[in-house]
Amino acid sequence: MAEPALKEESREIFDEGLNRGIEKLTSEKIEQVINAVLEDETGARLKVYVDTCVHCGLCSEACHFYVSFREPRFSPAGKVKQTLWEMLKKKGKVSPEFIRRASEIASTECNLCKRCSMYCPFGIDVAYLMLVVRRICHKLGVTPQYIQDTAHSHSATFNQMWVKDDEWIDTLMWQEEEAQDEIPDLRIPLDKEGADVFYSVIGPEPKFRAQLIYQAAVIMDAAGINWTMPATPGWDNSDMCMYTGDNEMMGRLKKAHFESAMRLKAKRIVMGECGHAFRSIYDMGNRWLAWQMPPIPVTHAIEFYYELFREGKLKIARKYETPVTLHDPCNIVRGRGLHEMARYVVNEVCEEFVEMHPNREHNFCCSAGGGVINCGPPFRNKRVEGNKAKADQLFDAKARGAKTLIAPCHNCHGGLEDIIHHYGLGLELKFLGDIIYECMEKGQGSEM
Amino acid sequence: MQTLYNFVSGPLVWLSFMIFIGGSLYRLISMAVLAKKKDPLVYVYMDWYYALRSIFHWIIPFGSENMKKRPVMTLVTFVFHICLIGIPIFLFAHVILWEEAWNISWWFISDPVADIMTLAVIASCIFFLVRRLVLPEVRYLTSYSDFVILAIVAVPFITGFWAYHQWFGYRLMLILHILSGEIMLAAIPFTRLSHALFFPVTRGYMGSEFGAVKNAKDW
Ligand code: SF4
Ligand code: SF4
Ligand code: SF4
Repeated sequence: MAEPALKEESREIFDEGLNRGIEKLTSEKIEQVINAVLEDETGARLKVYVDTCVHCGLCSEACHFYVSFREPRFSPAGKVKQTLWEMLKKKGKVSPEFIRRASEIASTECNLCKRCSMYCPFGIDVAYLMLVVRRICHKLGVTPQYIQDTAHSHSATFNQMWVKDDEWIDTLMWQEEEAQDEIPDLRIPLDKEGADVFYSVIGPEPKFRAQLIYQAAVIMDAAGINWTMPATPGWDNSDMCMYTGDNEMMGRLKKAHFESAMRLKAKRIVMGECGHAFRSIYDMGNRWLAWQMPPIPVTHAIEFYYELFREGKLKIARKYETPVTLHDPCNIVRGRGLHEMARYVVNEVCEEFVEMHPNREHNFCCSAGGGVINCGPPFRNKRVEGNKAKADQLFDAKARGAKTLIAPCHNCHGGLEDIIHHYGLGLELKFLGDIIYECMEKGQGSEM
Repeated sequence: MQTLYNFVSGPLVWLSFMIFIGGSLYRLISMAVLAKKKDPLVYVYMDWYYALRSIFHWIIPFGSENMKKRPVMTLVTFVFHICLIGIPIFLFAHVILWEEAWNISWWFISDPVADIMTLAVIASCIFFLVRRLVLPEVRYLTSYSDFVILAIVAVPFITGFWAYHQWFGYRLMLILHILSGEIMLAAIPFTRLSHALFFPVTRGYMGSEFGAVKNAKDW
């Protein structure tokens, strides 16, 4: 396994967004923006987190970046030291080059996975602090190019992938047709009012993984769910603006999403297997819109599958035979505690389940989350080498028999795919929905 | 010497207690007010049950995963904090002072035990110092103020031990002991020692977020 050749090289990573971004900065502008964000948008939490940190380093082992590189600057508090501590100490008088580094650290060296909050005795929320840094960099226009492009797509189209309105509808109808070859009376009900379930997905599904919509339709059909998908913008539940620090846009996206569900008078939103989208709807976007909890109930796919099996609405024809292991995605495990439900579903559908260690709330992040994978190719090596911890964890599960890796989150998929490839792990990667689709009894429900 | 002694053991005691109590109240209240103004969500998501659940796991030894992973550090931390708080309150010589001044008294620890506890505090401070110098991830975070804080905590115990055993120059040591104790007390609200004040708040808030909203453990 390759020794990370990172050391000083990360300073030289060229990124259009970062490098061009700082060309326009002046020291007055930097000072003004930093102080404005710190003054107007933060308060007691930031102050207490910074004052209370006793510089003990106990959070280090929590972070996969630190565990993989063993370099202090990758420890959670180390990242705060290089960014916020410095900004506070210098009262915002930092250089453009400093801002470039700060943006790189906050956007590509932290997945906002919150594992460190479970290791710091004080529960200091480094993920929150890194989001504040991203916010500052966003306001200074210094954000990695690839993720910024995604954020632009969100602002222009209300979805992450520049999918046009008619392309969206086309894709759904195309998947419906495809699925009808298998189950002739299957429907993907578009824009239907009063459904029990408003099903939403992330932008990349219609773009690259349309078969997931097909599979979801087959599951809905078999379980006899009264469901719908929206035909208008607001269908995409994903949210990269939450990760670039563009809170205003995050708010607009979530508003569109909630409102399209409400316009259709749906009873609840059920979403596909995505972690960050869940965080955006359940935890962050709603808060920006001043909803303590989401204005309409939100159910993640795992919880939904769990219900379907619990209530006997889905049946398995034959269990999945290959031994599986499960990656617990941070955003729905540390973010929603769905780990036991996930295990219930896995045991319903699979013959043999091998735990990876650590697991549940203590699982290591895939290193793709928090928008890091969305920062694109320039930061890919750092992200993959920065998660040797995950590779070791997977290797151990493999040594104990696991052949398939289940990752019920889109970003995790991207990240784990790279890790499996880079470290030559040879595990097959699947969504929970893939396996359910493969093993279920199909086509018996179909009342609409 | 006598005037100096009278001064540190008289007015300065008052002063240090006033700074400690007043300062602590000021810090806690001003933070609470600032939170109300700028981070009102803290109040919205704070949940007593889950806050206490988390705090509980973090104040019992080996109650969290991280503590189990670092048994030596955990042991030292707990011994250190227990002795650090226990000795000043329950030392016989201190209890006597309270009795003489206010005619109130309480249970005290025997002197030989206090001696061992004091040594434990001093040894812990050395452990923290070495750790700070030797472990790269801790060293990286260290600033010069961290050493000052460690000294503020260690000196009252070193001088107290010295004075109790009546070694060379113990009168001066006694004065230094009282003075350094007062400095430590007064420093609590205004240095990183304030982690003692804010621990329940930060831990409780994270416990509430994890417990009530995210349905997960945070230990
Ligand atoms: S990646 Fe996770 S563990 Fe590491 S600093 Fe960020 S939030 Fe903490
Ligand atoms: S564990 Fe907490 S207090 Fe210690 S260095 Fe990390 S963030 Fe600071
Ligand atoms: S992509 Fe998955 S593992 Fe990674 S941060 Fe998101 S939820 Fe966590």
